[in-house]
Amino acid sequence: MNLVLVGLNHRTAPVELREKLCGLFPDPESAYRRLKSLPEISEVLYYTTCNRVEVLAVAPEAEAAIRALTGFLASHSEVAGQDLETALYVHENEAAVRHLFRVAASLDALVVGEPQILGQVKAAYRQATEQEATGPILNRLLHKTFSVAKKVRTETGIGDHAVSVSYAAVSLGKKIFGELTGKTVLLIGAGEMAELALEHLRRQGVAQIIIANRTLSRAVRLAERFRGRAVPLEELPEALLACDILISSTGAEGYVLTKEQVRTAMRRRRQRPLFLIDIAVPRDLDPRINDLENVYLYNIDDLKEVVETNMQRRQQAAVQAEGLVAAETLKFMDWLKTLGVFPTIIALQEKARAICRQELKKTLSHLGPLTPHQQEALEILTRSVAAKLLHDPIMFLKRNHHSRRAAAEITLVRRLFNLDPEEEVALPSQAEAE
Amino acid sequence: MAAILLALTLVAYFGGTAAYLAYVFAQREGFSRAGAVCLAAGWLAHTGDILRRTLMEGRLPMATPGEALFIFGWTLTAIFLLLTWRSPIRILGALVAPCAALLATAVWLLPPRPGRVSPLLQGFWLHLHVVLALLGTAALTLAGLGGLLYLLQERQLKQKRFGFFYRRLPSLTQLDTLNHWCLTLGFPLLTLGIITGSLYAQLALGRFFNWDPKEVLTLIAWLIYAVLLHERLTVGWRGRRAAWLALGGLGVMAAAFVGASLWFSGYHSFGSFRTP
Repeated sequence: MNLVLVGLNHRTAPVELREKLCGLFPDPESAYRRLKSLPEISEVLYYTTCNRVEVLAVAPEAEAAIRALTGFLASHSEVAGQDLETALYVHENEAAVRHLFRVAASLDALVVGEPQILGQVKAAYRQATEQEATGPILNRLLHKTFSVAKKVRTETGIGDHAVSVSYAAVSLGKKIFGELTGKTVLLIGAGEMAELALEHLRRQGVAQIIIANRTLSRAVRLAERFRGRAVPLEELPEALLACDILISSTGAEGYVLTKEQVRTAMRRRRQRPLFLIDIAVPRDLDPRINDLENVYLYNIDDLKEVVETNMQRRQQAAVQAEGLVAAETLKFMDWLKTLGVFPTIIALQEKARAICRQELKKTLSHLGPLTPHQQEALEILTRSVAAKLLHDPIMFLKRNHHSRRAAAEITLVRRLFNLDPEEEVALPSQAEAE
Repeated sequence: MAAILLALTLVAYFGGTAAYLAYVFAQREGFSRAGAVCLAAGWLAHTGDILRRTLMEGRLPMATPGEALFIFGWTLTAIFLLLTWRSPIRILGALVAPCAALLATAVWLLPPRPGRVSPLLQGFWLHLHVVLALLGTAALTLAGLGGLLYLLQERQLKQKRFGFFYRRLPSLTQLDTLNHWCLTLGFPLLTLGIITGSLYAQLALGRFFNWDPKEVLTLIAWLIYAVLLHERLTVGWRGRRAAWLALGGLGVMAAAFVGASLWFSGYHSFGSFRTP
């Protein structure tokens, strides 16, 4: 059995090609109908994420399977064969396993360590099982993949460090407040990055959102979108008392908040901590505000610096993660190799069962009438003699699956027990020749 | 039997220390859980050893610095286990477990001096005084250690430089809550310890307050904690200021124990506990 992976990603293919291929099969049902009709493969998983399209299959013949899968991807009328050929990569067996582990652990991603990819692979696997496209090998491989991805996450901490400005703000907030649930956020002004940060905070469960803007109508519109409360800019001092986190993003020339204003507010707030995020350029908040006790002021450069250091940390974690992936790949390949001996083991057991049945039938016909109890005892006797005899050859097969002579040993056992009678026809003639 | 309980205590406390340190480096929750289990087991053995000593001598073992530290280690672990059960701050274990281990070692390193124990060291009130004062001190020690962690974390957030401890320390709010919790538990206990002590002094010596160095220093520490608690409740002092005051209080308490017990003479010093 061979594992074959064919696909393309953001490094090998331009976005136009990826888009076309993503749209190739809008629903999993039609994709799997095509894939399952391919005679060259026995198990298959098909997944697309924003940056990749890949097909993973189990096949008896690797070459034929690669041709079939390439054909599957090229079946789109708008995809020119030549473009596709340069963009496609093919991995077999060990390389395919490693590739899947790396994708799921987000080591092969555009932003290393981003957690969404694992979820996308999980969803794709769920679809594949619903379409009954996977079998014992892919099932085992995918479960292993999920545990490897989890292990990478917990042991290397690759996803622990925020690598976007808005997420960095959220994680800083958590180090100040613990939980963000029940907190109040005040947004002054508007802007794409501010709204992104607001969205992140809302997903963390903040209780209330207040939006202040020079033009009240704009504030009202934003407030509707985020289900918050709009206030005019004149009410800023009161809003400052209510909020825990403040995001400022106005186009104002001077400071929107001075140190004195915040100092007064802190006294009235009874020193409840305040987290200020200034993403405006030029700055909205007086940098000296950071000197006040229980006030934490971060401007856009501070946040960007956090992001950059975190990026470097992720790179370091990725090196560690590669080692983990390599070790787990070897483990899985070991398991895969044991699969080679199973057909032989099953054939051995079937042969033994057939002999038992036959001999029992012969013996019972001479013995005459027996009680059911006696008959059962005879059956058990034959079965256990056969099992004891087979125990050692089976252990021999299982134990030797690592060795380079594994294939030769399997052949030896098959010949020793005459498991392939049609080949045996050749043997007597050889004996005659000698 | 005598040595077994102490050995069990020490093994468990040092094991707990190792587990908590492993937790600091590896960040696996299992280690902190193992640390807490070790500390709890050690505390039970510790309790057993204190009971054994009390039964043997007919009084709490507190006549030498070693014995007093031994009891203090017991109260510190007790309060920490209570905290771990209520609202755990796991990394605090990495400070408390080694403290407990060293405090318990003290009884073994500082052997008792020969001599008869002064009759002043007996009686219900005195025992109550010692246990309450040490329980209060233990809670306030945790406030001080928590303050240390708070200052460390706050520094990183203010200076925007994130080091080894940033990920490993809990949020500022959690650490500040620890300060509040320890203060509201420790301050009343310390107050009761002082009251029972002065009642006993009145009973035994005819004076409530003797200007003994330990009494004076403890009173200063008590005033620091009183100010902190008052300001916390009225104007909402918290954060860095609360952390510094908790650390300051801890420093004065340490001075009261080390200085007044060992260097100065006075009836609280261990030298006067025994009559040759």
